[in-house]
Amino acid sequence: MSLASQFVNLLAALLLLIAFAMLSQRRILTLIHLFAWQGVALAASTFVVAYTTGQSHLYFSGVLTVVLKVILIPWVLHRLIDSLNIKWDVETLLNIPTTMLAGIGLAIFAFALATPISQMANTLTRSTLGIAMATVLLSFLMMIVRRKAVPQVIGFLAMENGLFFAATSATYGMPLVVELGVALDVLVGTFIFGIFFFHIREQFDSLEVRHMERLKED
Amino acid sequence: MEHAPGIAFQILQSVFVVLAAPLLMGWVNQCRAWLQNRAAPSLLLPYYTLAKLLQKDAVIARDASPLFRVTPYVLFGCMWLAAGIVPVLATDLPFAPAADVIALVGVFALARVFSALAAMDIGTSFGGLGARREMLIGFLAEPAMLMTMFTAAFISGSTQLTTIVETLAHREFAIYPSLAFAAVAFLMVLLAENARIPIDNPTTHLELTMIHEAMILEYSARHLALIEWAVSIKLFAYMTIGFALFVPWGIAEAGHWGALPLAFASLALKLAFAGAGLAVLEAMLAKVRLFLAPEFLSTAFLLAVLGMLIHFLMQS
Repeated sequence: MSLASQFVNLLAALLLLIAFAMLSQRRILTLIHLFAWQGVALAASTFVVAYTTGQSHLYFSGVLTVVLKVILIPWVLHRLIDSLNIKWDVETLLNIPTTMLAGIGLAIFAFALATPISQMANTLTRSTLGIAMATVLLSFLMMIVRRKAVPQVIGFLAMENGLFFAATSATYGMPLVVELGVALDVLVGTFIFGIFFFHIREQFDSLEVRHMERLKED
Repeated sequence: MEHAPGIAFQILQSVFVVLAAPLLMGWVNQCRAWLQNRAAPSLLLPYYTLAKLLQKDAVIARDASPLFRVTPYVLFGCMWLAAGIVPVLATDLPFAPAADVIALVGVFALARVFSALAAMDIGTSFGGLGARREMLIGFLAEPAMLMTMFTAAFISGSTQLTTIVETLAHREFAIYPSLAFAAVAFLMVLLAENARIPIDNPTTHLELTMIHEAMILEYSARHLALIEWAVSIKLFAYMTIGFALFVPWGIAEAGHWGALPLAFASLALKLAFAGAGLAVLEAMLAKVRLFLAPEFLSTAFLLAVLGMLIHFLMQS
């Protein structure tokens, strides 16, 4: 294995570790920091892949990752939790050790699923596909086990990180137009979620999404 | 008698570990005191304590069974055996094939079971409380420890510690994410198993928090000395296992007796760093509530399992 490929593997492992850390994290503020660090790891791996394979469009997506996911979105989220005045502990539906065990199960499932696929691929980074899928599934799990709206949105954004990484590791990234579109979607999504947070809180005096069940008409 | 130098070295290493272990404890305590802005105790304080305890008359509870008397010797014996299996200075250990890493974890478990039984034997409430807590920590730490060992075993293709060290010390430079995960997990297990700060405070006698100290409250004199000594050998053994798995460089190979001084110097350097690191870690962390200990240890288990999974993923 070349040094670059080993380095990408290390960054992939870091990405997975951060996904697990987010799953086990109780504070919203730390959750946002972890999300920013996940963006850093993602951007670094994108740059390494871009440098080794000479795919110049990957440089653009790397820069896009840094600007959006390391700087802009965490800043917006910071502003949001400041103005919503929420820094309390995140409530989870399952206790943390159980969630972690479920996470290990998901990681094994993702790895088993990815192994036959990555054997067909011939990219430098094929062995990291399993990690990318595990990150996606772990972010899903995070959205499921969290009660409050803000951690669910962070889970959604982390899922996008995983998808992005999957695209990089399987096919050296999507076409630039698609990436630009996805990045814009994520950004707009974050803003819309921000507005939603205020509406949800105005309506229910809380950000717990289970209150939304009351919106049903009988 | 072609094994004669090996056997002589084996005995030498076991004795060396047993004699040097209190020094490591003294070094950790000294670093801790410096970090807390206290005047540091002497580096040799653990030896003085052991000598003092060995001179005193032992007091044993009226209801104590022979198990209570035997336990300190069993503990000391287990730790001494562990010290004989772990490659500390050189990999040429004739006794090492007697036990691989799984058996090594078993040796530690045997010591734990005996100390828990002895703690309950007296029938005081503290003993039972400490034993229950110790078993809780132990049964969570053991799988994490085994998984950590397995990660290194998969890379080197053997569960024999000496073989693992020889393979890992000779590999070409490569980044192993799996070993990095395993190293963090191992560090967490080391803290929990040796009753260090996030899980247990080795200096406290507060009934609400103590785990290890609660178990040995009833011991005195030579029994206490043996237990304290065993505790310091355990810390030494754990640290050298960590060196063997993650920083094996500098250890003397089989048959290269000339490399022994270098191995000795590198061991001293590693131990000095590890002891200071342990003290820094303990100064920075706060002791967690007992009910958060399962969370701490399940994180260690998770990291160890992830390390192993990533090893398989990167292999394929």
